[in-house]
Amino acid sequence: MNKNGERLLFEISTPGASAVDLPECDVPEAEFDPALSTYTQSGLPEVGQLDLVRHYTHLAHRCFSVDGNFYPLGSCTMKYNPKVNEWAAGLAGFANVHPLQSEHHVQGLMELLYLLRMYLAEIAGLDEVSLQPCAGAHGEWTALKVIRAYFADRGQEKRRIVLAPDTAHGTNPASCAMCGASVVTIKSLSNGLTDLEDLKTHLSDEVAAIMVTNPNTVGKFDRMIAQMAEMVHRAGALLYLDGANMNAIMGITRPGDFGVDIMHYNTHKTFSTPHGCGGPGAGPIAVRKELSPYLPVPQVVKQGEKYAWDFDRPKSIGKVRSFWGQVGVLVRAYAYIRACGAAGLRDVSETAVLAANYVAQRIKHVYALPFGPKDGSPMASNPCAHEFITVPRAIIDRGVTIMDVAKALIDRGYHPPTVHFPVHDCLMIEPTETESKATLDGFAETLLELAEQSERDARPFKEAPVRQVVRRLDEVGAARKPVLRWTGAQG
Amino acid sequence: MDYVQITQKQRDEMLRAVGASSMEDLLRQVPDELRLKRELKIPQGMDELALRRHLEDLAAQNSSADGQVCFLGAGAYDHFIPAVVDHLAMKAEFLTAYTPYQAEASQGSLQAFFEFQTMVCQLTGLDVSNASLYEGATAVAEAALMAANTTGKREIVVSRGVNPDYRRVLQTYLSGMPLSYEEVGLKHGVTDSQELEAALEEDTAAVIVQSPNFLGHVERVETLARFARANESLAVQVFNPISLGLLKRPGEMDVDIAAGEGQALGTPMGFGGPYLGLFATKERYVRKMPGRLVGQTVDAEGRRAFCLTLQTREQHIRREKATSNVCTNQGLMAMRASVYMAAMGAKGMRRVAQLCFNKASYLANQLKAAGVSLKYPKQPFFNELLVELKRPVEKVLPEAEAEGILAGYAVGKDYPELGNCLLVAVTEKRTKEEMDRLVSVLK
Amino acid sequence: MALPTDRKYLQTHEWHLVQGDTVTIGITQIAADELTDITFVDLPEVGDPVKADQPFGEIESVKATADLISGISGKVTAVNEELAANPGVVNRDPYAAGWMLKVKMSDPSEMGKLLAADEYSKKAGH
Repeated sequence: MNKNGERLLFEISTPGASAVDLPECDVPEAEFDPALSTYTQSGLPEVGQLDLVRHYTHLAHRCFSVDGNFYPLGSCTMKYNPKVNEWAAGLAGFANVHPLQSEHHVQGLMELLYLLRMYLAEIAGLDEVSLQPCAGAHGEWTALKVIRAYFADRGQEKRRIVLAPDTAHGTNPASCAMCGASVVTIKSLSNGLTDLEDLKTHLSDEVAAIMVTNPNTVGKFDRMIAQMAEMVHRAGALLYLDGANMNAIMGITRPGDFGVDIMHYNTHKTFSTPHGCGGPGAGPIAVRKELSPYLPVPQVVKQGEKYAWDFDRPKSIGKVRSFWGQVGVLVRAYAYIRACGAAGLRDVSETAVLAANYVAQRIKHVYALPFGPKDGSPMASNPCAHEFITVPRAIIDRGVTIMDVAKALIDRGYHPPTVHFPVHDCLMIEPTETESKATLDGFAETLLELAEQSERDARPFKEAPVRQVVRRLDEVGAARKPVLRWTGAQG
Repeated sequence: MDYVQITQKQRDEMLRAVGASSMEDLLRQVPDELRLKRELKIPQGMDELALRRHLEDLAAQNSSADGQVCFLGAGAYDHFIPAVVDHLAMKAEFLTAYTPYQAEASQGSLQAFFEFQTMVCQLTGLDVSNASLYEGATAVAEAALMAANTTGKREIVVSRGVNPDYRRVLQTYLSGMPLSYEEVGLKHGVTDSQELEAALEEDTAAVIVQSPNFLGHVERVETLARFARANESLAVQVFNPISLGLLKRPGEMDVDIAAGEGQALGTPMGFGGPYLGLFATKERYVRKMPGRLVGQTVDAEGRRAFCLTLQTREQHIRREKATSNVCTNQGLMAMRASVYMAAMGAKGMRRVAQLCFNKASYLANQLKAAGVSLKYPKQPFFNELLVELKRPVEKVLPEAEAEGILAGYAVGKDYPELGNCLLVAVTEKRTKEEMDRLVSVLK
Repeated sequence: MALPTDRKYLQTHEWHLVQGDTVTIGITQIAADELTDITFVDLPEVGDPVKADQPFGEIESVKATADLISGISGKVTAVNEELAANPGVVNRDPYAAGWMLKVKMSDPSEMGKLLAADEYSKKAGH
């Protein structure tokens, strides 16, 4: 490896090389109209197969991954991705099916989608599910469209305001803006729960919904959620749940049972579908039956013993993507749910909660928990859900920033927790249920060791990371003079 | 199996450590009246062998394209996927990695996405590409929103030659926004340029055409882009990346935004997803572009390195002012497309496109010889043929199916005036013998 | 750094310096420090109108973005072209070289509504 790390594909390109062996042409060559044809070389790289393999193998070595590293990444739920799910998604009967094949050709897939629809409805405690959205944010947008259609159908078009707590994910307001809704922020109380008094002052006949996350983004189950639902419903509005934290409550409580009308899932957070460096995701939405007429078309339905696509949904918001959904992702989620079963899903959530409380317990004498128990009391006296936030003021006061802690963790083989969200200077830690006790202990000990180190000497933190393939990057330079593609003129 | 590793003994130890006498002490944060007092109505868990048998059984109830001859296209294509694509793109380090926000721990995926962006630029002839969007239809909708955002105008003019599903999705995206949608009809299977010119108004933000269009015909994109330019609207081309091995690239035709479906680049048909949204534009619009972007920079020691950049366009910083709410890319599919394009290289991409065209041309000739004609024989095609059947399409399709042939897509559902027409897609995988069989079924 | 007293301020951190019928607009050191290293400044073109209390542009750092608000109405007569190539000037010298716009005022009385340096300082909490 040279000073500049792994060379780019374009730098290892050798004119004439190729990694593929295309079939001979068994029909006559035809001439494409030159007037419609391209007149320049594309410049795509030319690389032999082994060099291509080495290139991507080297790149793979330059990535953290769940298979290699612990990711205590709050709110993102980086749990283990079971290998049998990958095997399942690759079955020819799932992977090599054209989406427009006749329904009688795809009954197995449609059954799988139908059953998944039923299971997701059951886990949510809601009536109907659309599997179509491409990702959580797309699910949010789809759900907001459904809400809008629901109110329009009732002659309440003026309900255009969506309320969101100040701790909401950034996607929430962005999705609202894409649906022509305006967002009003609701304050949180010092204990991390939504301020119902503030909510009350904002409820009106122009409010369509409030978007909440529960357990919320500081890792607390909002005990007042049912009261909140009642207030919201009394005002004629809907309660929308961002399902980011469903990993904490499966089989313990159900959104539909605590007053939620509509929600989205993130299959990678809850059902172990792989994150894939950023995707593909899937963001199914679940709704109460009053909202189901507005779900996107088509819906997979069961007619007698056969499964079919139902396009005849006159009140539907329409199509939200091409074809039917992120099927390959949904196959993995289905395999996961079937492997776990009812008892397993509950065990997943219980263990996720236990793991978070355990890590919190081990570090809280050094890493302050703004929403945790009083000093000296055990976690059980005021437990967190499946994640918690710490604001380690003592460390910060020694001149070590949260980002410094994050970078120091990278050098110790841990992907950093979420930082500065939902509050400034915090680490948001979510161990997930799939880590071993030894891994949790190792991580807790590492955090404590870092705190000790900050007491002795804060300087090494400023240098971190030093054991990775690169040191800290010049992100300011990257944004001031964006270089977004290789042009050959660079070093 | 629920993939939990903590043993019962450890669980008890951990409970003691946190001061809980049982799990119940930790769950009490959920008020009793909100608790589910029964088990979820989901079947009990399965061991791996039972699970595999169950999934194999479900998979076996589908007739995969592998056991048939696939002439179905219409937005999803049965192209050859070299083994090296699966092997490299699905490496566990890529499969199980998080979004590369922590650049020092993610140089591999960041570099791969930087290469992806570069190759999409090379393919489209445009200046900048994002690190991918969800899939084709939503990429086109994002292009429309970006055009409105960039021009400050509100009307989106769309050719009926654009994939009907993409148009439906676009309408869903535009509804409820202060934006309007206008469709321009087809003449002889391509966008009616007179009608298009007439549809342009001062408030037109974007003109969206697809080439090759949904009916398989190559559009006169340069002419349409010129109309857009003269009207100070953005020209958006929906494209098929495989076709760009032969066709003029969007960037060579003064297209402002190229958006399209990247499934054909090494992603299996997968019953419709997950796919890959491709999106490229001109440099001057980069700050209005949706989706993630990877940029090149240097580290503290001056080494070349990569990071996500221009993130202030994105939802987690701009919230309601973001260019889009998109917060994922299709990382794995972008990885697949990258390996595919790199494996093919410039020559391979050209050859695949030529093979598709050779075979489509052969099929067109054989059909003609058998007395079955193309609906618009004068229109140039790439790899999809609009065939006018002599017998009712609803009769022909089941007959073909019985022969193990997926003969094509009946476009009458979307174009009533083309009631008896079949859209037949030909990829490099189709053999002469398979096409001869199709001809004998269609005649 | 002392806040210049020769100009007036908006609570949203923009300064306004009057010279005849023209106002020069920029942002304060407090705002520049808060944003950290500025990476991009999006400004209108010469001839564009600006309106009091309305955004005229945007300013970005790696981690944040903010609207730039004008305290007065009028027409843009000059923009600081230097900022396109070198946005860091705003961090280094916000009150002089880091200026952004010159606007010919259509209603000079609007200046009366802006804050004096000490009022701004109090409201900005510094």
